[in-house]
Amino acid sequence: MGRRLDPTNKSKRGPGRKARKQKGAETELSKIIATDDEPKKLSSRARKRAAKRAQTVQVSKVAITEKKPKKGFSDENSEWLKPVKRKRKIEQSEDEDDSEWEQEEDMEEEGQKMVKKADDQEDDGDDGEEDNKDNEEEEEDDDDDDDDEMVDDYGAMDDSGEEEDDAEDSDGEELLPIEKAARKQKAKKKEALEQESDEDDDDDDDEEDDDGDDDDEEQKEDEMEGDDSLQVNMDEMGKFKLPGVEQREKEGLLPLDLQTIHQRIKDNIDVLAHFSEKREEGKQRSEYLSLLRSDLCTYYSYNDYLMGKLMDLFPLSELVDFLEANEIHRPVTIRTNTLKTRRRDLAQALINRGVNLDPLGKWSKVGLVIFDSSVPIGATPEYLAGHYMLQGASSLLPVMALSPQEGESVLDMSAAPGGKTTYMAQLMKNTGIIVANDANADRLKSVVGNMHRLGVTNAIICNYDGRQFPKVMGGFDRVLLDAPCAGTGVISKDPSVKTNKDDADILRSAHLQKELLLSAIDSVNAESQTGGYLVYCTCSITVEENEWVVDYALKKRHVKLVPTGLDFGKEGFTRFKERRFHQSLNLTRRFYPHLHNMDGFFVAKFKKICNTIPTAPTSTEEEAEPAEAELVSVPAEESPAAEVKKEKALKSQQGKTQPAKQSAKPQKSPQGKGQRGKSPGKATAKANGLTAKPADEKKQGPTKKKGKPDGPKKAKMAKLDGAVEGEGDKVKKEKKEGVEQEGDATKKDPGAEKKEGSRFEKKTMKKKHNPMKKKNRMGKNKFKKLKKILNNDESMV
Amino acid sequence: MRPLTDEETKTMFEKLSKYIGENIKLLIDRPDGTYCFRLHNDRVYYISEKILKLATNISRDKLISIGTCFGKFTKTHQFRLHITALDFLAPYAKFKVWLKPGGEQSFLYGNHIMKSGLGRITENTAQYQGVVVYSMADVPLGFGVAAKNTQECRRVDPMSIVVFHQADIGEYIRNEDMLT
Repeated sequence: MGRRLDPTNKSKRGPGRKARKQKGAETELSKIIATDDEPKKLSSRARKRAAKRAQTVQVSKVAITEKKPKKGFSDENSEWLKPVKRKRKIEQSEDEDDSEWEQEEDMEEEGQKMVKKADDQEDDGDDGEEDNKDNEEEEEDDDDDDDDEMVDDYGAMDDSGEEEDDAEDSDGEELLPIEKAARKQKAKKKEALEQESDEDDDDDDDEEDDDGDDDDEEQKEDEMEGDDSLQVNMDEMGKFKLPGVEQREKEGLLPLDLQTIHQRIKDNIDVLAHFSEKREEGKQRSEYLSLLRSDLCTYYSYNDYLMGKLMDLFPLSELVDFLEANEIHRPVTIRTNTLKTRRRDLAQALINRGVNLDPLGKWSKVGLVIFDSSVPIGATPEYLAGHYMLQGASSLLPVMALSPQEGESVLDMSAAPGGKTTYMAQLMKNTGIIVANDANADRLKSVVGNMHRLGVTNAIICNYDGRQFPKVMGGFDRVLLDAPCAGTGVISKDPSVKTNKDDADILRSAHLQKELLLSAIDSVNAESQTGGYLVYCTCSITVEENEWVVDYALKKRHVKLVPTGLDFGKEGFTRFKERRFHQSLNLTRRFYPHLHNMDGFFVAKFKKICNTIPTAPTSTEEEAEPAEAELVSVPAEESPAAEVKKEKALKSQQGKTQPAKQSAKPQKSPQGKGQRGKSPGKATAKANGLTAKPADEKKQGPTKKKGKPDGPKKAKMAKLDGAVEGEGDKVKKEKKEGVEQEGDATKKDPGAEKKEGSRFEKKTMKKKHNPMKKKNRMGKNKFKKLKKILNNDESMV
Repeated sequence: MRPLTDEETKTMFEKLSKYIGENIKLLIDRPDGTYCFRLHNDRVYYISEKILKLATNISRDKLISIGTCFGKFTKTHQFRLHITALDFLAPYAKFKVWLKPGGEQSFLYGNHIMKSGLGRITENTAQYQGVVVYSMADVPLGFGVAAKNTQECRRVDPMSIVVFHQADIGEYIRNEDMLT
């Protein structure tokens, strides 16, 4: 393995361990290769010096003497000069061999320290002998063409001046053949290049810009060596051809070449942009698109589903920008805490600590962008003293849209880690009340820390599930809902989103968002003097989690969209693929990383018009339908019909009590101000209305079921199954007394949330006995209907 | 959440008075509304009455924090001030210590204050007097207890401790968990 250390050859003051080792190699080599001119051996430095000398001499000569030889030198000249060179090379081949070894070793030793000139010469010498060489070296060659030529020039002249040189230093002769060899190589290369460049000059030009010199060199060299395959490849790239199926299959087996894929993406997009002109005959647009999609997936490592979503969302030109923007991080931004300091003072203090910063933009009076910093920006004494908060630019926007006023009561439904909440507090100047809620207790620790650090004193921090909210507390002047989302806008922060999100994830979060948004709307007091506003935002950019959710809320509640008050950002979609949303959705705002240099974000601002929850049969029907559909589907799969019906009756009761309970609750809420007091009556009316309508619902039930997507339903079904198990034994008693039963059933509910809900349900139940009884009766009706449906179902199966 | 008992109030006020003396009454009688102390999960919160009323809506197990946390009662019923109380101690502090920029860092890492880091100190600070620590730019950094009185501070060598560390704003990063 290692070379044996030669004790005789050991030098006490060697240049270093590595060098010593290589000297050992030298001695070994000398045994193998018999060399004749030992005395000629020179150290690399000596050779370099010589080379330098040679160069300077030659330069001066050129300067002094006429420029003819230099001028006269050209490729043609090199041709007639060749024979001489060859001769020389043959003469000195062994010699060179030996020196080469030494040189190479020296190169390793010296690394970058080498004088460029010497480097070139060595490399060229190598070329003459063997073909293996690095691209870098090759590059350098080309850069230094002039120098080489000059040396050659000198070489050409040296028939006359050789003696002189020899007298000066014995080195000159040794160098020259190397140069010659190099020149020969170069000339060859040039010829080859010229030939080729004639052929595909145009094609190469655009590619060269992108691929960088390395590749060009590589390619050219390969071509020079007669590698046709690459040539073909380049042709293909020049005029983009769609690879066939088998070709793509083959690709899957071969190791990936990202460079080619990148080029193919570009070409593909180019073709798609001018499809009628550049398309290949007989190829469909969809074929191009599917290739593009798979290429983008490989190149940026997204999963197919998300890439499909993004391709739907952006035009192709923008898509690449977006994907590229996701690869780089957004600038670090901070928000001044105006409760403790002013932006100018803070900027000054931070600049004194060696932070390079700038105001965020004219739209924000508190934001600062950090370009670079000599200190950790999250641990300066200013940070600890609460003078600023590390916060993305995009998370300032929803609070600005909400624009909470002094003295108002505001709810932040999902507050962690408290950036937006503290911003609200500073806008309200620590007056009024802020309720900061988050479902995750662990994340609330950071909320508490940030609140205290920034000196917010008007906050209540609690740990509820947002969906319980109007029951806990209602009647807020403003509500901010920063809904949990799939995070497709913050891929640069969390690249795992690229691969681990699929259809079910998006729909699941969309479903949760709808629930949260409705309960957020219910928590707002429409009759507030100053407010009655709600801001919904997500850090996702998919339509399912944004426009769709907003549109859903518009249908479900008496709310309207109002301008967000943000003068930039893209308008939300009013139509997307097959979906058509409410016209006013153009008042919502979307923010993209590639356009606004902030995280992808969506902001919508609602104004609540009326506190009553719409009780129109149309809307309640919709609400009831999904539940019913599921109910039907559960038993169809696994349980006998009898159980089903009871289960269903139970469920429908719960469903109906929900709105009643919701409207009843605000009475208790401190901020209710009585405006909600009116609603219970209506709610009961609604409940009755519902119960009077089961027939319609059931007719629609089964049809709906078929149309429904599987994802969310499954989840619900699972939940339901749990309920069924829990309530199985109770079911029989059910017919006796509806009211008590309901209580029992809810107690048994497995889900923690349900438990929470049940407490309230129980209370409301006690309040209103009559509606419950009625419902129970209706449940029997439903039972019959359901049975019918079930029978139908079974027959169909 | 409940009001403090007499005993608890006494313990806490004794502690507070070490730092802000008779200024405690400024905390209670505020022109902008009634403020009070409430105990929740062994922690003492300082809240406006208005917010307190609203907070009653929230069940005990779900309530994480209200207003400003001043500190907590230990298992042995002593009161320990938290760094979160600094916002209310700093304006009313009777005895102050200012740190040189070089000493700031060390204090924010939880170390005692050496003579070398001491910039200024209030005249006639007694030994074991509670002091609030500021940077030279008058940013409150934490609080502690004077290890020596002002006169002694002038004489001692640079490496001797002049203020014992109790709490500093570095705790917001170091032990965020402790705050709740």
